[in-house]
Amino acid sequence: MTNARPAQRSEPWKEPGAVPYVRLDKLTKKFGDFVAVDDVSLQIFRGEIFCLLGGSGCGKTTLLRMMAGFEQPTSGSIWIDGVDVTAIPPYERPVNMMFQSYALFPHMSVEQNVAFGLRQDRVPGREIAERVGEMLDLVHMRQFAGRKPHQLSGGQRQRVALARSLVKRPKLLLLDEPLAALDKKLRQYTQFELINIQETLGVTFVVVTHDQEEAMTLASRIGVMNHGEIVQVGTPTDIYEYPGSRFVADFIGSVNMFEGHLIEDEPDYVRVASAELGGVFHVGHGVSAAPNATVWVALRPEKIRISREPPDSKGDNCVAGVVSEIAYLGDQSIYLVRLEGGRQVRVTQPNTLRHTGVDRISWDEPVWLSWDSSSPVVVTQ
Amino acid sequence: MPYLWLLLFFAVPFLIVLKISVSGMRLGMPPYEPLITWITSQAMDIKINLANYAFLWEDALYRNAYGNSILTAAVSTILCLLIGYPMAYGIARTRPSWRNLLLLMVMLPFWTSFLLRVYAWIGILKNNGLINNLLMSIGIIDEPIVMLQTDFAVYLGIVYSYLPFMVLPLYTAIEKLDLSLLEAAADLGCRPMKAFFTITVPLTWGGIVAGSMLVFIPAVGEFVIPALLGGPDSLMIGRVLWEEFFNNRDWPVASAVAIAMLLVLVVPIMILQHVQGRQLGTHR
Repeated sequence: MTNARPAQRSEPWKEPGAVPYVRLDKLTKKFGDFVAVDDVSLQIFRGEIFCLLGGSGCGKTTLLRMMAGFEQPTSGSIWIDGVDVTAIPPYERPVNMMFQSYALFPHMSVEQNVAFGLRQDRVPGREIAERVGEMLDLVHMRQFAGRKPHQLSGGQRQRVALARSLVKRPKLLLLDEPLAALDKKLRQYTQFELINIQETLGVTFVVVTHDQEEAMTLASRIGVMNHGEIVQVGTPTDIYEYPGSRFVADFIGSVNMFEGHLIEDEPDYVRVASAELGGVFHVGHGVSAAPNATVWVALRPEKIRISREPPDSKGDNCVAGVVSEIAYLGDQSIYLVRLEGGRQVRVTQPNTLRHTGVDRISWDEPVWLSWDSSSPVVVTQ
Repeated sequence: MPYLWLLLFFAVPFLIVLKISVSGMRLGMPPYEPLITWITSQAMDIKINLANYAFLWEDALYRNAYGNSILTAAVSTILCLLIGYPMAYGIARTRPSWRNLLLLMVMLPFWTSFLLRVYAWIGILKNNGLINNLLMSIGIIDEPIVMLQTDFAVYLGIVYSYLPFMVLPLYTAIEKLDLSLLEAAADLGCRPMKAFFTITVPLTWGGIVAGSMLVFIPAVGEFVIPALLGGPDSLMIGRVLWEEFFNNRDWPVASAVAIAMLLVLVVPIMILQHVQGRQLGTHR
């Protein structure tokens, strides 16, 4: 049934002239004086899993509800497959939504819940039974078809909600924090299930979440939101390794942020002196900024090497410190290293060897931190 | 302890009425024959007279009165539902700060005497009452519309008096309704009207049944409203009972009327119990 999965996922946003399947055009939503969504424009391509990522109150849920039709935009328009759906009510849009609370109809069985959407379209009975059965098989819930929602566990309800929202083969599926109510193990399992189902059916997903891990796992592209605006759009790699601002760098994962100023600015490298660091960053990429400008350097904890001996090439990209805290997480250890200037740097190391018999770095030891010139990222805002 | 109250205030009076209903009629005090007479110090004679119940069955007056009571109560219940549901829905959907005030306004009439409120309707409906005077002074009508002493007045009185009993359980049920269910229905292609009947009504069904029973059960035995507002032909069982008791001084028949009415209401009462029990069961 399935085609052989392509070696690499297609990246339609990179193709010049590619036509977006979903287009948000300067969408704004105001509640009185409060601007929940501020002039958002997005292009989402067919078959993508697009994640809107942001903290509480950033406007991502409002944006999702506008796409579903539950909120009318104050200005702007929404286009799906070339049609302006802005004024179309939710029951006439080719869009379905999976609610955070699942919103399963408590007085109907699993089967009736999933069949609900098809009944509204007056699909003939036999076809309904077939499609409902297919969908229940896809989410492994066939044997619970006769049960009512209150007789199901949280994970089972989530699968029913998913089946119900996909049975009509919508052009766009909106998911509101789909994994928020699940425990960690179930969440990890369901993340991949979700991707499999999406690839099998080819439906375009837009997922709203505040959980970075969820976004990084599910998304083909992420849109980071803050205060109603889209701050950056990119693949998980783009967002993580090439943050465009301090906000994004700080929001995704952990980061060490150092303030400094440019002392050398060449097309293929820059050098940034940072008093916080007590040293100089030699960064292997160019930056567009004024000479001597104040910039910030973002350095991810896993990119830093920690050792007792000083690195061979002293100078740029290394600094001395003392270990002040250690957190052992099993798969990795987090070190907090205090630099001479008083600043604390977060370093993570995978525990590639088992604990016993290994002479591990311990508290209050003097250590050297070093990193590649490709590791730091300079951000100018 | 609760059983003691139940025994004292419910079981004992019920048994007294039951006892009188199977006694023979007698002039004098008390106006019924004793159930148990001691013939000798060791033998007692128990006389259970079922003639009263047979009498009820045979005389068309009583059958009509029962039928009319049930019909009137049923129609009033439906009217209360049609008026009360939009009211309850409106209150449940307003801003939370307004809801308590609106509920208070629904309850406020109970702070005044029920009898006075029914009398007030007489003043409004009578031939030279409020409505007729207003319509005649405007010039819409020449002759007063006869509204008092009609079935219309009885329905009006019952619906007016019992509406809060319908609104409050409905409000409770509607307020609990999860709005995201209606959004989910819309999202899946269901238009608002259809969503009302496929989602809202089934999920507020407990409130509908509770409200209906709370109106229907007392309305069947209603006496004051048909006595004051109704005509001689809108005979309801409450009035029949009154007349048997006070005009005919026939306590046994009156008691039989009461017991029979209770039997008629057993089914609705059981429905109410069942629905309330289920609501408690699904509360978490």
